Amino acid sequence: MSNIYQIPTMAEKAAAGEQPEILFWVGCAGSFDDRYRAVTLAFVKILNKLNIAFAVLGEEEACTGDPARRAGNEFLFQMQAISNIQVLNGYAIKKIVTACPHCFNTLKNEYPALGGNYEVVHHSQFLQQLIDAGKIILKEGGAFKGKKITFHDSCFLGRANNVYEAPRKIIEALDMELVEMKRCRSKGLCCGAGGAQMFKEPEPGKKDINIERTEEALATGAKTIAVGCPFCLTMLSDGVKNKEKEHEVTVLDLAELLAADLEADDYTERGTP
Amino acid sequence: MSILPQLLFIAVLSVAGVVLYKRVAFLRNTILLGKDTFRSDAPAERWKTMALVAFGQQKMFKRIVPAFLHLLIYVGFIVINIEVLEFIIDGLSGTHRIFAPFLGDGYTVAMNIFEWLAVAVLVSCIAFLIRRNITHVPRLTMPELKGWPALDANLILWIEIVLMVAILSMNATDQLLAERGVDGYLQLGGLVFSSMLSPLFDGFGDQTLVAIERFAWWFHIIGILGFAVYVTYSKHLHIFLAFPNTWYSNLKPKGEMQNMPEITNEVNAMLGVTASGTEESVTEIGRFGAKEVTDLSWINILNAFSCTECGRCTAECPANMTGKKLSPRKIMMDTRDRAEELSKGISAKGESFEDGKSLLGDYITKEEINACTSCNACVEACPVNIDPLDIIMQLRRYVAMEESGAPQQWNIMFQNIETSFSPWKFATTDRFNWANDLKGKPMNE
Repeated sequence: MSNIYQIPTMAEKAAAGEQPEILFWVGCAGSFDDRYRAVTLAFVKILNKLNIAFAVLGEEEACTGDPARRAGNEFLFQMQAISNIQVLNGYAIKKIVTACPHCFNTLKNEYPALGGNYEVVHHSQFLQQLIDAGKIILKEGGAFKGKKITFHDSCFLGRANNVYEAPRKIIEALDMELVEMKRCRSKGLCCGAGGAQMFKEPEPGKKDINIERTEEALATGAKTIAVGCPFCLTMLSDGVKNKEKEHEVTVLDLAELLAADLEADDYTERGTP
Repeated sequence: MSILPQLLFIAVLSVAGVVLYKRVAFLRNTILLGKDTFRSDAPAERWKTMALVAFGQQKMFKRIVPAFLHLLIYVGFIVINIEVLEFIIDGLSGTHRIFAPFLGDGYTVAMNIFEWLAVAVLVSCIAFLIRRNITHVPRLTMPELKGWPALDANLILWIEIVLMVAILSMNATDQLLAERGVDGYLQLGGLVFSSMLSPLFDGFGDQTLVAIERFAWWFHIIGILGFAVYVTYSKHLHIFLAFPNTWYSNLKPKGEMQNMPEITNEVNAMLGVTASGTEESVTEIGRFGAKEVTDLSWINILNAFSCTECGRCTAECPANMTGKKLSPRKIMMDTRDRAEELSKGISAKGESFEDGKSLLGDYITKEEINACTSCNACVEACPVNIDPLDIIMQLRRYVAMEESGAPQQWNIMFQNIETSFSPWKFATTDRFNWANDLKGKPMNE
């Protein structure tokens, strides 16, 4: 294997007659959002360093339809879903990994009714499996070791799909001190962006939801707020900026945390996996 | 002994029976105003869910203090109602404490358990009255409870208190009469709680005591029958409906929205796809989404009648806690109130009843449903597995597809997805640009 980052597309793999082990579903935020693209890159770095046979859809990927469905536009959702399923089934996709809980939920739970049946895992679950299998070796005394961190449960990962442990296992592997917010796990408070709220201004009220949640996260005293969702990342980053804490407190995706400690490792010394 | 009391008892029981039957039939018809839906798969899991969530009160224990107080009332309700069986047999046959000779000391033990529970219920009801009216627990004093809901809640607590006082007074006078050797009364040998009330009644003559004892007996049984009828008009219906409601719980992941097969067919036709995979049969193409309770499923309406307005959903709702108009509890109350209104109209004026009103618009506003983040906190919080989110999403579907009335920013988002396959307006050809920063670069740099 080369020591060059590779990001193959399904089209390229199919042309070479190869079937990669997993499809990495990047999602719209992962493709277009300036800040969140760093998460996509971090995850791709991990995949490369661990020599995992993956591919992406590249320009063939399209919105899963989640925001349209949750805003009530079932037609548009199904247009997206059925087109996507045609592409996915065309490549005989078996397993999909995605960093976006909204894509994860839709692909996993809502595509089967429309003829799309895949094994879908969230990147936190995927990374946890790699940690458990001993494939992710973190540098001793990594960048985050011993530091306080809090984890914000994404609704679409947590309550919607009962994934609570995987993100926490990653934090544990990083040897960080997890300080839970009062509202966590099944009682976790939404960041305010679900249900297509990401794409419109909130209704009139006395406070924005992301500010309420950011205050709770800041109250833990942790300097790192970990998330596993592009919308949560945006909402909490905005919240931290609103509180003028952006120079002290960072909001990071789980993949970024792991990639940082992997990068601290000298890849060449460990040799080619 | 005169058989007049027996005849009177039969009359009371019959009237209560007829009224209850009519109320139950009305409620059944009202729930069945909803669309047919199949949710009887996986019966083993359904029975288990019902046993844990309804019978076992599992989800109540997310809030420990009210859970404990509620448990006392719940156990009291179930256990004390065993005594009602004796009341009914005694009332019909003109006997007094018919089980006592059969059970011997066991009867005294049972009565003491009932009395202990009666006191526990009494204490819990008082605690609940304090929470509602003095300490003003926020979720119990929200705007949607103004008027009848608040009165209903208080009435139930007072009725329970009065019923418990009746049962204790009855036992106290009963035992005083037995001690005095009055004919027909049996000495049970030590009823702990009611004997504490004896001094209150000791000064009365036998005649008065018999009158008080009989009054308490009649008051208790009529009270219970009356309460059973009252419950059918009240949020208190949850005592029965919690069981079917949890049996019909959504067992799928909470994140999954129900598919609309009628749309799948149209989309497949539009895209020229021959339907593959799981094909669902399409019954009738009516309205897309829900505007009226009749557009919802009967399970949505069953949910609404199972709601006891505890407000745990609203207390957890991120939109509500930040001052938006949405309250999941209000969604359920509105659904129930509208279903009742429509059902009354239909029973009075026939199937074609029309009052120019609808659930969406007259009861629930767009501002409320637009504020939902679909975070499932309300669904998670509900102690009896009610799903307000399902109703909200069906209402949104109506607004978006039948009215094209979604918020402007959502319409822009729809447009972006239609034209560039992303909720943001970016060129599809730029979708893979993120890779340029990394592709082909050496890994150890």
